[in-house]
Amino acid sequence: MGEFRMPSLGADMEAGTLIEWLKKPGEAVKRGDIIAVVETQKGAIEIEIFETGVVDRLLVEPGLKVPVGTPLALIRGAGEAPAKAAPPVRPAAVVLPVPAPAPAIKPAIGPIMPPPPAGAARVSPAARKLAAERGVAVAGIKGTGPSGAVISADIERAAGAPAAAPAAPAAAKRTGLDLAEMRRAIAAAMARSKREIPHYYLSHAIDMKATLDWLAATNAERQPPQRLLLAALLLKAVALALEQFPEFNGFYTDGAFRPSEGIHVGTAIAIRGGGLVAPAIRDADEKTLDELMASLRDLVARTRAGRLRSSELFEPTITVSSLGERGVESLYGVIYPPQVAIVGFGTPAPAPRAVDGRVEIRPIMTATLAADHRASDGHRGALFLLEIERVLQQPEAL
Amino acid sequence: MTAATKPHLSRAHLAELLRQMVRIRRFEEKCVELYQSEKIRGFLHVYIGEEAVAVGALQALTPEDAVVATYREHGHALARGLPMTTVMAEMYGKSEGCSRGRGGSMHIFDAATRFYGGNAIVGGGLPLAVGLGLADKMQGRPHVTACFFGEGAVAEGEFHESMNLAALWQLPVLFVCENNLYAMGTALKLSESETDIHLKAQSYRIPSEAVDGMDVVAVEAAARRAVEAIRAGQGPYFLECRTYRFRAHSMFDAELYRDKAEVEEWKKHGPILRFGTWLRETGILHEADVQAIEVEAAAEVDAAVAFAEAGTWEPVEDLTKHVYREAAR
Amino acid sequence: MNDAAAPATIKTTYREAMKAAIRAALRSDPRAFLMGEDVGRYGGCYAVTKGLLAEFGPERIRDTPLSESAFVGAGIGAALGGMRPIVEIMTVNFSLLALDQIVNNAATLLHMSGGQFNVPLVIRMATGAGRQLAAQHSHSLEGWYAHIPGIKVLAPATLEDARGMLATALADPNPVLIFEHVMLYNMEGELAADAGAVDIDKAAIRRPGRDVTLIAYGGTLFKTLAAAEALAKDGIEAEVIDLRSLRPLDSATIVGSVSRTRRAVVVDEGWKTGSLSAEVTAQIMEHAFWSLDAPVARVCSAEVPIPYPRHLEQAALPQPEAIAAAARATLGR
Repeated sequence: MGEFRMPSLGADMEAGTLIEWLKKPGEAVKRGDIIAVVETQKGAIEIEIFETGVVDRLLVEPGLKVPVGTPLALIRGAGEAPAKAAPPVRPAAVVLPVPAPAPAIKPAIGPIMPPPPAGAARVSPAARKLAAERGVAVAGIKGTGPSGAVISADIERAAGAPAAAPAAPAAAKRTGLDLAEMRRAIAAAMARSKREIPHYYLSHAIDMKATLDWLAATNAERQPPQRLLLAALLLKAVALALEQFPEFNGFYTDGAFRPSEGIHVGTAIAIRGGGLVAPAIRDADEKTLDELMASLRDLVARTRAGRLRSSELFEPTITVSSLGERGVESLYGVIYPPQVAIVGFGTPAPAPRAVDGRVEIRPIMTATLAADHRASDGHRGALFLLEIERVLQQPEAL
Repeated sequence: MTAATKPHLSRAHLAELLRQMVRIRRFEEKCVELYQSEKIRGFLHVYIGEEAVAVGALQALTPEDAVVATYREHGHALARGLPMTTVMAEMYGKSEGCSRGRGGSMHIFDAATRFYGGNAIVGGGLPLAVGLGLADKMQGRPHVTACFFGEGAVAEGEFHESMNLAALWQLPVLFVCENNLYAMGTALKLSESETDIHLKAQSYRIPSEAVDGMDVVAVEAAARRAVEAIRAGQGPYFLECRTYRFRAHSMFDAELYRDKAEVEEWKKHGPILRFGTWLRETGILHEADVQAIEVEAAAEVDAAVAFAEAGTWEPVEDLTKHVYREAAR
Repeated sequence: MNDAAAPATIKTTYREAMKAAIRAALRSDPRAFLMGEDVGRYGGCYAVTKGLLAEFGPERIRDTPLSESAFVGAGIGAALGGMRPIVEIMTVNFSLLALDQIVNNAATLLHMSGGQFNVPLVIRMATGAGRQLAAQHSHSLEGWYAHIPGIKVLAPATLEDARGMLATALADPNPVLIFEHVMLYNMEGELAADAGAVDIDKAAIRRPGRDVTLIAYGGTLFKTLAAAEALAKDGIEAEVIDLRSLRPLDSATIVGSVSRTRRAVVVDEGWKTGSLSAEVTAQIMEHAFWSLDAPVARVCSAEVPIPYPRHLEQAALPQPEAIAAAARATLGR
């Protein structure tokens, strides 16, 4: 049984409407006979059959638009039995054939280009711009763009600020502080911290007599502008101690702790009106006390003026929070993610202390450590606090 | 060796004329069928009704002569001697086609038979023919370039420029205008102020004749006269062959521009019908001879289709080949 | 014969160099001939072929009627038939009448015939503005032709290239278009006495530099070199590239230079929109993106049909001042 199908009559013909059958079932047809009339966008065209035989059944009724290739009639050859009875097809909708996808063509090999200049890092213009804004050094950043190019996302990552949780308030814009915004950012960061970081806590009471005596003596020989604050000593002590305990200095990201090569101590600074930021002092272990003081003064001034650089907020590898001279006995901090530790110093206060078998009044300061149990454990935490104590007992070596 | 001036009306020659026309007719009919079943795509312009012009005219050429034709060139290609297999494969777009499948129906080319297309721009082939004639003349070669085009081309500027140049430089070009009265859908009388086309040639001082394009013997005789004159150094020659196409301009044409009655009238004077009838009536050929021609043609067409069906697609990796030719080192 | 007293260089013009090239071609290859409007008796619209009719005769220096389509098509046909024609179209402005033959025949015959029929044809045309010839006689359409696969497009800007490109083009089995800027014909200079064929697929660094790459071709090369001189006085060392071949473009030289200098200015006498300078810029972006320190700049003709009065025509065309300013801008100065 042969099928007579809707013919393609032109390059841009996709379907045709059957207007009229010119042959009936039972009529003989021969090759070249006109069998029907089809309406196309160009007008009515008579269509011919290329088979010889008898029309067995008409499959499509006049008035229907069908795609090219649709069977329109069955043609019986000589000696064939009629086809089984079945109602003519009335296609409900014109389903136009989906063009076959073009075969994939490999991109032509273009002219052979000279290799890029040796040692040239590929950094996209957008990445360069972002790096300048964030104060991120481009060199050494691993690129994830085409051919290993450094792209914007790489700068974002290097700046250590996942978009989901601002670890520090983003409100430290040059144009001024938005305290409400800062509060929201702190809320988000602290909530995340408590949600995700398994904190453990240690505390240690440190005899500060040696430290405070040295501080007083040193400051007595200095003009007020050059005088040192206890805060600087504490920062330096933490920084030096971290040299022995790297598991408290770094970031916990993507399921692993990544220690930081540099020791950048974040120092919590309160803002009038109720804000709090903890910008970094870079390479605190390498700075002298005078340099630390200078950094502190600068940070405090710029913090209060709202002129911190965002890189300063994203850089701390550990945070130190100190209650200063007007606080309470101890302070347990909440870790700023993705850091893994926060050291708290309470206000030094006179308290009884056993010294050489006798009770004496000594200035006692409680140092606390809140640490990420994924990155460290209490044994090491204790040793870390003890090292801070040890370093503080030799203030002249700070 | 130049061809004889008059057609040699031997039985063998006449049978050959019929055979060539039938071959072309059956090939074109099969192409119509294949196009409707989407084996051949793009545009298809068939030569049905006009076979006498290509068959008659090409009898006057030698293998060293050149042929330039249009997009309605399948008959010319077959009459010129291109194998039906490679022409059909070209229609399919297969790499075994004469143009490697790259051209399709409108771009049949063959270096072996000096068949320079297969051109799809109306009038675009005439300057090429002028140049081929120029090359022959400058190199002192006795060849002729036959340039086939429809009457629609005489409206294009390139027709006039080419006629003028060929006449000015006395180039060995045979211009064969196949006047089938319709340029796509535009009737000749609606597009030309002077519809007697061979008179246009006279305005360029090119000798010209109007020929009954439905009479293969008349076409051959005129072509032999023309080619003899050209080879004698008398410059270009112009033949207007009056013919008619029985089918639409191309496949997708509702023929709104002409009457069915006109078509039927012309079919009664079709080249194969007239010639075949005459051959039978004069006893030159018997029915059996004609049947044998038909059977042979049918078999040749079937074999060509089988060849094309079995053909291969050029690999996509070769897409950008054949854009430039490498310089010989 | 070696003559120790013969000069190593001769003083000549671009026009004379092109004529010498045509003469050498016709002398060395009997298949070569030149045809076009007024090339014979008139001596050539730009006097390039003056005197050649007397030397080679009317068959080989062949005057044609005003039939661009026919004589360009005849050039294609003659090339198909075994000749080596040089077709001279008086100017690119008139080539539009022959676009069908160039784009639909010359560029496509090899491909449409599946590799059977190549077209070893050379077409020469004058191009460009600067002589107050107004809108219909001042086009720079090299970029249009450089768009078409199947042809090659050259822009000789120096005496060496005027002398040497024709021979290589004639030896090429593909159709080659040679564009001669009208303002170059009178250009004088020294040319090696034995100057001969040159390559037709490489750009040339006409002036090395390290701070910015200036890319030009044809008539704007010398304006670009003048701009480079001005920049040097400000301590900016510009590298000047002469494209020489517009299709194919020598992308390797362009990209290599910009990768070193990190900045580029493309100079093109075509109108800026959709011009060849856009193609060069795209290629620099595609292949030298990571090396750029500034966006690529373009200095092109203003978006206006070329006007007749001198001051307006000069304002419409690329000038050294604009080229230098664009270069400075890429350096942020």
